[in-house]
Amino acid sequence: MEMVWITISALLTLAIFSFLYKDNPIYKFAEHLLVGASAGYYFVIYFFNSVKPNLIDEVVKNHHLIPLIPGFLGFLILFRLSRKYGWLSRWSIAFYIGTGMGIYIPVAMQANIIEQLRGTMVETGKVGEPPLFNISSFSLLFSDFNWHNLILAINGPILIIGVLCTLAYFFFSKPHKGALGKFAKVGITFLMVGFGASFGYTVMARVSLLIGRMDFLVNTWFRQLFGL
Amino acid sequence: MRLIWSLVFILMVLTVGSALCTDETPSPPATIVVSDKGSDDGSKLRVEWSPSPDEKSTNPVLRVERYRIMRREIGGQFEEVEEVFVGEGMEKGKYVYIDSNLQLGKRYIYRVYSVSEKDVVSKGYAGGSGVPVANLFNVERLNVLIFIVAFAGLFIYFYRRAKGGVELYVRPIAGLSAVDEAIGRATEMGKPILYISGLSTVDDISTIAAITILGRVARRVAEHETKLIVPNYDPVVMLVEQEVVKQAYLEAGHPDAYSDDIVFYITTRQFSYVAAVDGIMVREKPAANFFMGYYFAESLILAETGAATGAIQIAGTDAVTQLPFFITACDYTLIGEELYAASAYLSKDPLQLGTLKAQDYMKLAIAVIMGIGIITATFGLNWFQRLFVAR
Repeated sequence: MEMVWITISALLTLAIFSFLYKDNPIYKFAEHLLVGASAGYYFVIYFFNSVKPNLIDEVVKNHHLIPLIPGFLGFLILFRLSRKYGWLSRWSIAFYIGTGMGIYIPVAMQANIIEQLRGTMVETGKVGEPPLFNISSFSLLFSDFNWHNLILAINGPILIIGVLCTLAYFFFSKPHKGALGKFAKVGITFLMVGFGASFGYTVMARVSLLIGRMDFLVNTWFRQLFGL
Repeated sequence: MRLIWSLVFILMVLTVGSALCTDETPSPPATIVVSDKGSDDGSKLRVEWSPSPDEKSTNPVLRVERYRIMRREIGGQFEEVEEVFVGEGMEKGKYVYIDSNLQLGKRYIYRVYSVSEKDVVSKGYAGGSGVPVANLFNVERLNVLIFIVAFAGLFIYFYRRAKGGVELYVRPIAGLSAVDEAIGRATEMGKPILYISGLSTVDDISTIAAITILGRVARRVAEHETKLIVPNYDPVVMLVEQEVVKQAYLEAGHPDAYSDDIVFYITTRQFSYVAAVDGIMVREKPAANFFMGYYFAESLILAETGAATGAIQIAGTDAVTQLPFFITACDYTLIGEELYAASAYLSKDPLQLGTLKAQDYMKLAIAVIMGIGIITATFGLNWFQRLFVAR
């Protein structure tokens, strides 16, 4: 029985790979199967992981009435199906977006601005740690000039220049001309270097995914199928 | 010589032994204060005690090495919570331990014992109790509030200016000038436009930015009477987008051209969704593809398939790890905050322009603060860094 499932899995993998040649009925079949199965699967997952424990069980078993409020808001979404009362679903959406923003804004302000600010002042972001622009590492460099000390000394200043110039790139109130333009150019160069490194790293990870799938096809499926 | 060493050893054994036999134990902390930690959700208590007088004792049996904190609820048994070593977590000459994961409104009783280097535990203890209380205001995040208030102030100022008719300058963004070009191209070719607003939820800022841009794109599409395809990953995002697109068609004077089939749901499974969208791309052959919002590993698959069909592609995301793929495979890419700026730039709406301007001046303020911070940190002035600690 296990072999049957492995074969189905392998054939579906090949069906998806067939898209590399061109769109074809085999790919269409695999695509529709994947979409249909996943939609159904998630419906069940959402029901049993969310609706049942958080609403039905809470109300029926624990007699907690508060979950009825989100339950009611969720129910209002179903009014989308009615042309006349469709506007009722906007209440739920407004509540969802409003609370989401209310929760997210202070968190984003803390994590994306305040913490990053401190991280640009000191090496590890912890108060009292060596500063990012560390004079002592420059003294070390001048007393003992070598590759390691050079990297140690310029690492922080490069980071500071990168952050400030990238901020200049994202300044929309002035045209990128003159000094601001030059800063912005340095900023976008920093960004592109970062993106290049990220690209290479991720492609490497994707290749390893492909290797994993090929390994499944060759070593798990093909070998078992022909008893090799 | 051997005799002398033997005598010294015997003397040491006798000293330690006599200390153990005399029931001598280290002195416990003199005072203890258990209080609500404050600025929390009522799950933490602050246990503060003074050092034992035996911390500096010359006798290893009595010399305190650590403090053992025991806790019980009313009617329960004492359990060890933590051991704090001498010198650790001191504030103004007193030891402070924050006990967390407690229940709101419940009384907890604490005992702090001294433990010597020889593992001798003090007979006495310092005892106290406290009740955790929830607080409405978190003083430790006052700096977050100041930043938000400053941002809100800037926003109100620029919003009023924009609404009062003052023209606020926003520099041209390369990818945005291509939006109209892409829509025009699709109209000329008689082919549809595909718009994807990412794979995140509606409470994500990038999704909201993507939805705002969709409003603008849908309006232009309606004016040109071009076909629009908006496949969705998240059902709630779909609902919002249906409203936005419906409104755009109404504003463009073509409410009859709107159909709920324009914005539709596929599935909330990442690669199933991608397989379906790829299928749409190769079958419908859209003339323009828009990838706005937040993306994950599927970004390159989507963008590559779109590029293979010959569509003009405009992407915009704040997903740093996915940006390289869009930059590689798309004609134009809105990088990070450009995505947020895009909606303001396109709509010229005072509300959005005010936000964009406020963001810009906030960035300027941040750059100045950063400069001051770097200088103060370089000269060892740590007080400035402390202003940016939020818990």
